[in-house]
Amino acid sequence: MAAGVSILHGETSYRYRKFKSDSMMAITVGATILTLIPLFLVLGYLLFKGFSSLNWAFFTHMPAPVGEKGGGMANAIVGTLEVVGIASLMGVPIGVGAGLYLAANRARQFTNWVRFSADVLMGVPSIVIGIFAYAIVVRPFGGFSALAGSVALAAMMVPLVARTTEEMVLLVPPELREASLALGVPNWRTTLSVVARTALSGIATGVILAIARVAGETAPLLFTAFGNRFWSTSLFHPINTLTVQVYTYAISPFQDWQRQAWAGAVVLTGIILTLELGVRWVTGGGTKTPR
Amino acid sequence: MAVVRRERAKPHEGPRLIGDRIFNLTTFSLALSILLLLAGLTIALIYDSYPAIRQFGLHFLVSTDWDPVNEQYGALPFIYGTFVSSFIALIVAVPLSLGVALCLSEMAPEWLGHRLGFLVDLLAAIPSVVYGLWAVFVMGPWLRDHVEPPLAAWLGFLPFFQGPKVAVGMLSAGMILAIMIIPYISSVCTDVFRVVPQSQREAALALGATKWEMVRTAVIPYGMTGVIGAIIVGLGRALGETIAVAMVIGNSAQISASLFKPSATLASVIANEFAEATSDMYVAALIELGLVLLILCIALNVVARALVLGVQQRRYHETGK
Repeated sequence: MAAGVSILHGETSYRYRKFKSDSMMAITVGATILTLIPLFLVLGYLLFKGFSSLNWAFFTHMPAPVGEKGGGMANAIVGTLEVVGIASLMGVPIGVGAGLYLAANRARQFTNWVRFSADVLMGVPSIVIGIFAYAIVVRPFGGFSALAGSVALAAMMVPLVARTTEEMVLLVPPELREASLALGVPNWRTTLSVVARTALSGIATGVILAIARVAGETAPLLFTAFGNRFWSTSLFHPINTLTVQVYTYAISPFQDWQRQAWAGAVVLTGIILTLELGVRWVTGGGTKTPR
Repeated sequence: MAVVRRERAKPHEGPRLIGDRIFNLTTFSLALSILLLLAGLTIALIYDSYPAIRQFGLHFLVSTDWDPVNEQYGALPFIYGTFVSSFIALIVAVPLSLGVALCLSEMAPEWLGHRLGFLVDLLAAIPSVVYGLWAVFVMGPWLRDHVEPPLAAWLGFLPFFQGPKVAVGMLSAGMILAIMIIPYISSVCTDVFRVVPQSQREAALALGATKWEMVRTAVIPYGMTGVIGAIIVGLGRALGETIAVAMVIGNSAQISASLFKPSATLASVIANEFAEATSDMYVAALIELGLVLLILCIALNVVARALVLGVQQRRYHETGK
């Protein structure tokens, strides 16, 4: 104990140590303020630049031809809903089912391997997931497609949903399960209508947070869903999404496009923060998705 | 489970058993799909990059040539860019994150700590492309006008701070990465510091330690492995972060000591060139870059997991006593 030693030997005065302590603590407060500055700057710019660029045309019009002013991102908004929606249809059932398995079979070695894979998958860069979707969907089907984008996002959702489902199911008191089994309810019905149902709000929270997480992804969509300046709702054609559209407009040389990039960013961030904040507000802020 | 096993002996309970079998098989195969997803991901990347692996061998990792026109591919400029940008990010993010974590766990009253922690977590929810947009139009020009000139004036004798002052480049990429990984590192560190037993703190205080001495002698050493795990998690994020970096790093396949100059990372070059890659070898080389990135991230994850697991097990043993 360095502190104890210095007291015994009387090396440093109490006033000096107190001063040092107070300054270090002030530094931690300073670090927190410094960290929160970018948050407020980013949100501030979004509100300032984004809202002044938002207009009705943004939601209802298609992108204008290159160089022409005006236009909107109607197709990108629909595209985002479609890609994320289909990703959820694929990813959520797999994730929830796998999570139920993980929670029910904790003692098995296989469970450890699956849990390990899920944790590793959560750390895999999203662009690598994009390459994977390119390899298994884009190449065999012969072109960029909304489906490929959905597969990429679904692959990102599965481990997130599985791990939160597992955590939430483990919070269910075992007595509930035992009571149901004791009444003669078969195991599968106990799991679905007693255990999963008790954990339902937690599982739903995890699902919504996973949706919010993948809705903001750009990298895996660049060479799967690719982007499309025209209207498309087909699963087998390239489709526009908000994130890719914001990316292309942001790095474009046209001022009107840059203005629209801010508008797209404010809509995108609005959707994601509403999902994240809404869910945490409803559940009391206690839920964290594994990252 | 014991209940189910006993029922299995009764022949007239057949339908119920079938239901359980179907259910178990279904959830088992869904769990298996996660395992297959990781395996498939690795196999697909190796398979698709095989032409490049065969053509360039290990030379790929040390060659600095990135010349799609002449079909020459080397990963070194991107490996260099990835590590340097991540390193800048860590240098900025780690002290700040530790400060935030200590402030939230030791300084702030509980109600305020949780709210501030929530605000910091919000930083992690903002999409990468929005950070990129902000970095392109706000942070990059600000760095160029207000940070790079003084750095060049005071530390210009170092090769890092020489060169043109432009808004895009290694420094911009490192800074935006730092902002993006702070919430991850600080959130894990806060959790780690919050599980340091209160008795540990009281013991230090009882010996006459000031608050800072208590933090230094009792809190930080106790949570050290967790802190290292958190830093590795942050590093993993920084290595794989794509869009924001691709927007501000300038995309140039060169190795230069100057932090002001444009550069590229493994992830940013894939994002920028993949959709336009024309030849099969070009695509294979880009996928091999992805494979290098995947291996880096898996290795980091394994290390971080081992460390964080160590902390959890220790915590478990101590509360179990």
